[in-house]
This record gives sequence, structure tokens and C-alpha cells, in this order.
Amino acid sequence: MSKGQDPDSRPLIGLEGITKIYGTGDAEVRALRGIDMEISGGEFVAVMGPSGSGKSTAMNILGFLDKPTGGRYFFGGAEVGHLNRDQLALLRRNFLGFVFQGYNLLARTSALDNVELPLIYQGMAGSKRRILAREALAKVGLEGREDHHPAQLSGGQQQRVAIARAIVTNPDVILADEPTGNLDTARSHEIMDLLTGLNRVDGITILMVTHEPDMADYADRIIHFLDGRIETDNRNRKAAADAV
Amino acid sequence: MLYEAVRLALQAILRNAFRSFLTVLGIVIGVAAVIAMVTVGQGSTDQVEADVSTLGTNLLMIRPGQPSQGPGSGGGGGTAASLTLKDVDAIEQQISSVAVATPSNSRGMTAIYGNANYSTTVTGTDNRYLTARSWAIVGGRAFYESELRTGTAACILGETVRQILFGNGDPIGASIRLKQIACRVIGILEVKGASSFGTDQDDIILIPIRTFQRRISGNQDVAMIYASIRNSVSTEKAKADIESLMRERRRIGPFEEDDFNVFDMKQITSMLTGITSVLTGLLSAVAAVSLLVGGIGIMNIMLVSVTERTREIGIRLAVGATERQVLMQFLVEAIVLSLIGGLIGILLGLALGLLGSRLLSIPFAPDATIVLAAFLFSALVGIVFGYFPARRAARMDPIEALRHQ
Ligand SMILES: Nc1ncnc2c1ncn2[C@@H]1O[C@H](COP(=O)(O)OP(=O)(O)O)[C@@H](O)[C@H]1O
Ligand SMILES: [Mg+2]
Repeated sequence: MSKGQDPDSRPLIGLEGITKIYGTGDAEVRALRGIDMEISGGEFVAVMGPSGSGKSTAMNILGFLDKPTGGRYFFGGAEVGHLNRDQLALLRRNFLGFVFQGYNLLARTSALDNVELPLIYQGMAGSKRRILAREALAKVGLEGREDHHPAQLSGGQQQRVAIARAIVTNPDVILADEPTGNLDTARSHEIMDLLTGLNRVDGITILMVTHEPDMADYADRIIHFLDGRIETDNRNRKAAADAV
Repeated sequence: MLYEAVRLALQAILRNAFRSFLTVLGIVIGVAAVIAMVTVGQGSTDQVEADVSTLGTNLLMIRPGQPSQGPGSGGGGGTAASLTLKDVDAIEQQISSVAVATPSNSRGMTAIYGNANYSTTVTGTDNRYLTARSWAIVGGRAFYESELRTGTAACILGETVRQILFGNGDPIGASIRLKQIACRVIGILEVKGASSFGTDQDDIILIPIRTFQRRISGNQDVAMIYASIRNSVSTEKAKADIESLMRERRRIGPFEEDDFNVFDMKQITSMLTGITSVLTGLLSAVAAVSLLVGGIGIMNIMLVSVTERTREIGIRLAVGATERQVLMQFLVEAIVLSLIGGLIGILLGLALGLLGSRLLSIPFAPDATIVLAAFLFSALVGIVFGYFPARRAARMDPIEALRHQ
């Protein structure tokens, strides 16, 4: 799974007929009704669609946080459906980074400690951890803020800390569920520039859910969800034009 | 990873320092109680043993009265005929296993010298008392034979009495008053210290037995006889010899009960240490219950903490913590919490033990084994009562946990 692969080669992620049903009987909710999707290494994909169309459910499954009810999920060519909780935790730890709408930082914990968190679980030594965490914070433009707690940072800065935490393990994929949902337009564009850089420069594959067409326009591919199914899946001509 | 877990645990504990303190209070009290009890109990046992060895393990006490009466019960013995000076001589001379026998009659009295007065115990006896109790004269002299025979008012002072009446002055040759008796001080006893009963053994004045009988009790009775046994013979043998001699002298028929008691120091020791160990056991049981309650307190607060930190757990799971890592984190937190309680309890218990031994004037005898046991036991409490909450944290569903507000 080398980074910055040619998008035409073997897909990094493959979904075949993924379904997800919550609850049973009358309370049954069919959140995903058969999703087929292929994502190659190095792609920047935006996922759009109305509220309740299953975007988050799909992201959680893609991020090994949840298991599908049916269908097959291939990651790096290997099927992951049969893996247990701890094996999925190891996949998250080594290959993924998450960015959430609500930042999900540990409260009353410094930015540096927040960014170090995934490295702690990798069992990395403290000194090395600190170096990598500082580097990651510098990369998102937060040098000098290492000791700030989330409450001492603006929303945009907190989201940068979350991105630093996502990239500190040098992941293959970043999964971002409405990363700009809580931010104003100017801050949103800053975050998008950051993510774009990570995709273009570092070759990290990015999957991002967003409601805003302006943000989706940063991606080179836009998938529309409707009612638990993929409605459209198109190359984004604007991004392609920008890249030229 | 363990180091990280301990660091995280300390962070979480200090973040809620006051709540953490309340949580471990049960453990603190339980451990402190055990340590203090065992320390004081061991101290008093040591003291009893030390006393008995200064008193001499080869000492027997003979008193009139029914055998059911303990060695500490009041003198006289009701209807039973009292002992006499002839009994003392008979025991010493006719029983080969007895080295020395001596009478001992005691009464609480006020001793006055100049402006100083002090309420003490006056014991009427003879010089054999000093031999029997291996008690040395450190100033002046023992009684003269003539003083003993005629019942002269001559006194030998214990150190406490000397100190209070005379301070730094020399008491030898001075005349003190015991009620209406003017008594000449002839000697000073060596310091003995406190006894296992907590009484000050140096709080005593010795006078000749005949002086006591004539001028204080007003009769010929001997309240108690001390008999010291030769080293080569067993206590049981000497006891049996004394009993049969006394039965004979007191004309007790073959089917009649004794109307006197012979106690040995072992009996007194075992009685005292018995009381101590019953008390220690009882309070240790109370302490164990409080440790259990402490453990439940820890479990309760850990459950609250796990619920409060659901979102945090979700974040940890999302960034790749395994079930085991989350379990370890919360388990270590519970263990650290209860170990902190255990350590505070150990320190508090030792402090209370020290205070208690000072108050009871017994040796401070901290027991390393029990301190270590208390430490390990509090770790165990943390493991046992921390496991369930930790497992609950580890088994959380990451999505649900992240969604938790
Ligand atoms: N844990 C859950 N239990 C029951 N229903 C759920 C759960 N999570 C999501 N759903 C339902 O699944 C559908 C898809 O939800 P979601 O994936 O969050 O949509 P989106 O992110 O596109 O807004 C919705 O109808 C939602 O109510
Ligand atoms: Mg959503």
C-alpha cells in the first residue's frame, strides 16, 4: 500500500454490496442498501447526500468502527469482514486517521498529548512520540500551541489538532466526516487547503463527507448518496481543471 | 505501556483529587485500622512478655480465695482464711523446689514529704521480695533483720515516688509520713518501668511486713505470697507441691475445694495476650469489612468514571486502542487509586500505632509483614473491584461511545 499510487491500479478500498441494518422488526432501519465502491490509493473523494442517506454509516464501516450487516469489504486487497475487534483496532491504528465534525479531542489534555495518543497505543517511546507529534502540529500550522488545551483553542485550531492526530501515524487513508461542519467559511477553506495538501503532497487517500458543494469541489471525485444507495459517482471536473 | 497507564491513571485521579480522596477513604480507614491494631497489639504482647521476664517466669503467686477468682481480683478472698507469715516460712523451708518465698500486703496511701504529697502503693514485705522479683537497691540499703522483726517504720522508695517527693534531693535518712506513720527512708529501688497492666511499677513504697500489719492493716494477715522457683524445677511441680502443702496446712479435706489460688506468670501472660489477640482479631474483622466497603466504593466511582468518560474511551478506541489497552488503563487506575489509599492508610495506621503505644506506654512494634500485606491487599482490592468497570470500558462500542455526549 504505497502512497501516491496511480489511481488506475488495484483499488485500495473495495466495497461489494455492503448493507447495514439497524434494529429489528418494526424498528428496522436500512441505513445502507447495497453499496459498491472502489477507491484507489491517492484519491480525494467527497461524499455528499441528504441527511440520513447513510454517509456516516458508510464512513464508520470504511473506518473499521462498525461492521456491515452484509456484503464484502476489501482493504488493500484483503477481505476484512471476518476480523475481530482488536484486529480492526490495529488496522485503524496503523492505516487510518479520523477527523470528526466535533473534533473529538480529549478535554483538559494538551494539543501535544492529544496528537501523541495514537502513538502511545502503537507502543512508541515517549521521546520519539514527542518529536513526531511536534512535527505533525507544525505541519498543520500549530507550532507554539503544543501546550494549549482544546478549550484554549478556536474551532479551526481544534480541527487542526485533530488533523495532526490523524496524520501523526503516517496513515494511508484519512476519513473525515463533515470536518468543516462546525466552522465558518474562511476556516473551512483553510482546513480544505490543509487536507488537499495532505492528499497532493503526502499522497494520503482522503474520504470526506460534506454538505457544502464548495468543500466538495476540493475533491477529485464526488459520490452522492441517496436512501442508503449511491446515486451518482463522478469525477470532479473543477478539481481536475485546478490540478492542471 | 505500563508506565503510560500509570501516568494516565495519576492524571485522571488528580483531575478529580477530592473525589478520589473520598473514594479511597474506606481503604484508608480499613488499612489504618489493621495496621494500628496489629502494631498496638504486638506492642502490648511484647510488653507483657518483657514484664514477665523482668518479673521472672519462675514466680508463683499464692492468694487466699476460691480458685475461680483471677489474679487481678481484690484481696482477702471473702470467707477463706487468710495467709500468715508462718505459711511464708513453711513454703520456703518445706518445699525444696521453692528458692524464696515472701509476703506482700499492699494498700494505696498518700505519702507526704514537706509540701509534696503523692498517692502511691505501700507494700509490706521483707528483703526476700527483692530477691523474688530480682529488684536491686540502687541507693541506701535493704531492711535490717532487726527492723523486720520489730516492725520499724523504715521505707524503701520506688523511683517514681522518690522523684515526686524529693526531686533532685537525697532522700536517704529523710522522714516521710504515711498517714500517721513517720517513716524513715532507708533505700531506693532500681527503675522498673511500666507493667503490662499499664501500671507504673516504680510507683511503690516498701515497708517491713510487720510494720504494715501492726500499723496499717491492724491484723496478722498476709494478703499474698510470692514464691520464686528454683531454675531446675518445673512450674507445674512447684505449683503442685505448694498446693498440697497449703491444703495440709489449711486442713482441707480430700473432697473439698481449695480455698486459695496459686498463679504462675505464664497463666497471667497467656490471659493478657489472649485478651489482646481477641481484641486484635475483632478489630481486624471490622477493618476487613471496611476494606470491602472501600473496594465497593472504588468500583462505584470507577463505574461513574467510565460512564463520564465514554466519549474519551470512544476516541481512544478510534485511534486504535485495543480492548486490552483500555482494560489495562482503567484497571491500573483502580489499582493506583487503591494503592494510594493503602499507602495513606499505612502511614496513618503507623502514626496511630505510635500514638497508641505512647499512650499505653508499650513498645512501638510495627510489623513489616502486615505493612506489606496491607499494601498487597489494597492492590488486590483495586484489581478485584476495578476489573468489572474496566471491562465495561474495554467492551464499549466505538461508534456509540463517540456519539455519547
Ligand atoms: N445507531 C443507529 N441506530 C439506529 N439507526 C441508526 C443508527 N445510526 C444511524 N441510523 C440511521 O441510519 C440512517 C443513516 O444514518 P447516517 O449514516 O448517520 O446518515 P447521514 O450521515 O447520511 O446523515 C438514518 O436513518 C439514521 O437514523
Ligand atoms: Mg452523518
